[in-house]
Amino acid sequence: MSLALPSLPASRLAALNAAYAEARRASRHRLVLAAVLVFGLALASGWMADVDLGMLWSRGGQFFDYFGRLLRLESGPRAGAWVWTDPTEWFWGLGHWLTLLGDTVLMAYVGTLVGAAAGFALALMAAANLVASGPLRWLAKRMLEVCRTVPDIVFALVFVIAFGLGPLPGVLALAIHSAGALGKQAVEIIENIDRHPVEGCLAAGASWLPTIRFGVLPQVLPGLLAYGLLRFEVNVRSAAVLGFVGAGGIGQELIEAIRKFYYNDVAALLVLIMLTVSLIDIVTSQLRHRLQDAELR
Amino acid sequence: MRLPAHEISGLRASSITRLPAIRQAYPDAFRRLNAGRLAMGALCLCGLALFLFGIARLEIAPRRLLTGSGQLLHFLTLMWPPLPPSGAQAIGILKALGETLAIAFLGTLGAAVIAFPLGLLAARNTTMNQALRFLTRRGLDGIRAIDALIWALIWVSVVGLGPFAGVLAILTSDIGTFGKLFSEAIEAADRKAQEGIIAAGGDDISRVGFGVLPQVLPVLAGQVLYLFESNVRSSSIIGIVGAGGIGLHLAEMIRTLEWPSVAFIVVLMLLVVTAIDALSTRLRAAIADNATA
Repeated sequence: MSLALPSLPASRLAALNAAYAEARRASRHRLVLAAVLVFGLALASGWMADVDLGMLWSRGGQFFDYFGRLLRLESGPRAGAWVWTDPTEWFWGLGHWLTLLGDTVLMAYVGTLVGAAAGFALALMAAANLVASGPLRWLAKRMLEVCRTVPDIVFALVFVIAFGLGPLPGVLALAIHSAGALGKQAVEIIENIDRHPVEGCLAAGASWLPTIRFGVLPQVLPGLLAYGLLRFEVNVRSAAVLGFVGAGGIGQELIEAIRKFYYNDVAALLVLIMLTVSLIDIVTSQLRHRLQDAELR
Repeated sequence: MRLPAHEISGLRASSITRLPAIRQAYPDAFRRLNAGRLAMGALCLCGLALFLFGIARLEIAPRRLLTGSGQLLHFLTLMWPPLPPSGAQAIGILKALGETLAIAFLGTLGAAVIAFPLGLLAARNTTMNQALRFLTRRGLDGIRAIDALIWALIWVSVVGLGPFAGVLAILTSDIGTFGKLFSEAIEAADRKAQEGIIAAGGDDISRVGFGVLPQVLPVLAGQVLYLFESNVRSSSIIGIVGAGGIGLHLAEMIRTLEWPSVAFIVVLMLLVVTAIDALSTRLRAAIADNATA
């Protein structure tokens, strides 16, 4: 069985075809324009950032060579062999490194906790549905913004000078940056709560603190916990590099190994950091899924 | 709606008379310490113990906090008003700001180009081979676990100090992020268009080319813009390890205690980040509109 669809009369078809071609041309035009713009920006940026593809080409081998050297034993009886053939030689400083990694995770933990508390307090002052005073809200919001936009390592640089070397400035830097990031998310959660429990508390004659405790906290806690866990994971990553500026943790050891070209140590430290971060990643995402399940039930 | 007073007291009286029965029916809810509360309390105690251990282990002493805060306050008073350093250094800072933007732009662009095929490989519905998919995913995870600052240090020891190392650092660390984001977006693509192409006799390549890509490209473009925003932040700090950009000047000014200049650079960074955020938010909204229209 064949079925022929009747075609439109040629005059109307031509008009439609022309309109279609016009639309296609316009979209192609836009695409070409965007491509030219991106390409031009890339060229300008390349000039600005001293990109030297020739050098990458000539030294590209060196890059892979670098990774090759990372993975070849430099000393010991098996010098020149792959590192994994002699793990005891490769991870010679394991005990010391694990302590440093533990400190790094601890820094992230303390920093996240303090930051979450401070961020929540600021969020309570910045939420439009809890605070009537405009200036107070404006102030709290600006404070959160500054804490959030200045990167934690910049805080760490300043704090190292004020508080001295060690994990303390690192913890404070993480705490302040986390307060900004978590505070903003907390404001969003708080501004979206159900008003009825709050009204119930107020109607029963509760003052500010009990209203927050029984009307707001039960609603926002699951969301805050989930964001807090995510932030903890991010903070573990950041804590690993805060040592670059002298703010404690494993970063100090890593930057020394890289600067002094202790290739095997660099490889070992990178592997340890990767494992730790992945482990934390897995644990926190498990916890977050549990939290979600508990909330749905 | 408000109940009349006698009805409220009636309600109250009736519920009070029923209280013993309710208490008997749900003893667990009336106990001060039920299993759930005990577990929660134990968890909180463990968390608190770890926190206190951390305070002791990381040498967070109140005395140090106090003297340090005093110092910090002193620095803050010195920071006002934010002033650019004189002459040649000010021009250097502006140039470094341009460098920062250039690093972020090139790094994001390069990473997006390299990560696109990797994202296809790592997505369940477009990959060629399950083993390859697993390897790609683990590789991307490994890249992502290493911070951009560490990559910057590594690249500095390969290509030397300067913004080029910064471009390569942002590029490398973003390949991991993009690969993951892209593969997730591709896996979330609607199956109907793909089924239509298979039903019309298309092979796998046309299924991906006509059924998947047109759906996901706008999403990917949005993600690229979003990461560009975050990269402007990252590229403003990688200068701390010598990989170009404004971070180098910032670290230098902090170490030489030139507080007005520090404040100036931080304010400049905040302004640029805010401007880029606003621009990219508008572009992303435009892309989303275009995709739905």
